[in-house]
Amino acid sequence: MTALPLSRRQAVSGLVLGGIAIALRPLDAAATPDVLRRRLGELLKGGEAKSGRVKIAAPEVAENGNTVPVTVSVESPMTETDHVTAIHVLAERNPQPGVLSAALSPLSGKAELSFRMRLSESQTIMVVAQMSDGSAWSATRQVIVTIGGCGS
Amino acid sequence: MAADIKPRIRVPQTAKRGEIVEIKTLVAHAMESGQRRDEQGKPVPRNIVNRMTVTFNGKPVFNAQLEPAISANPAISFYLRCIESGRLDFTWTDDEGGIHKASQTITVS
Repeated sequence: MTALPLSRRQAVSGLVLGGIAIALRPLDAAATPDVLRRRLGELLKGGEAKSGRVKIAAPEVAENGNTVPVTVSVESPMTETDHVTAIHVLAERNPQPGVLSAALSPLSGKAELSFRMRLSESQTIMVVAQMSDGSAWSATRQVIVTIGGCGS
Repeated sequence: MAADIKPRIRVPQTAKRGEIVEIKTLVAHAMESGQRRDEQGKPVPRNIVNRMTVTFNGKPVFNAQLEPAISANPAISFYLRCIESGRLDFTWTDDEGGIHKASQTITVS
């Protein structure tokens, strides 16, 4: 009987790979905390945001979490037929995840905006851009905060 | 509260047709987040500028919904494509119903 479908080596490596796959799954899900995922679901009405086309400029280390300068830009020709309709900024670990939602139009000319935001602690900022064709794009940026910007 | 709020805007007075210009704005506002407590330990009620709208000749060109995570004295800048001469009108609204306005004309050549 040589018809055994798997060699011992194959069986073991299969088990190990399977184990890794299972171990990785919850980790991957944890990359987008529940609060953000819920908020994203509301914003995109069940749609998915692909990664790309969005750039977030923010300091790597922010000494004062009360006022962290952020510039968000989205790659888009901003024409009648192809433009950014909305930019949403979220902060995963703030008391409330929302930061700002801006509506743009072809008259904007350039999909870029700057503002100063509060960060209660070191965390990841997420930006989602919605396009006129219905697609959504996102980017994330990690900011380390020395003194938190909430409470006191 | 409302009396000491003076919005500041920086808008070029002239632009070439089709030019994309940066518009900078700043409103003096405490943006009280509702997370803070006073000396007696009572929560300080939230009062933030929750909406900023900008129209050009009456057409909306920029509209933002702000959350408590926006820093005090919100400074927001964005871009505008100048296709014709006209007037930019800015409006900020806070939680207590305070409305603050600013406007400036742009001459497009």
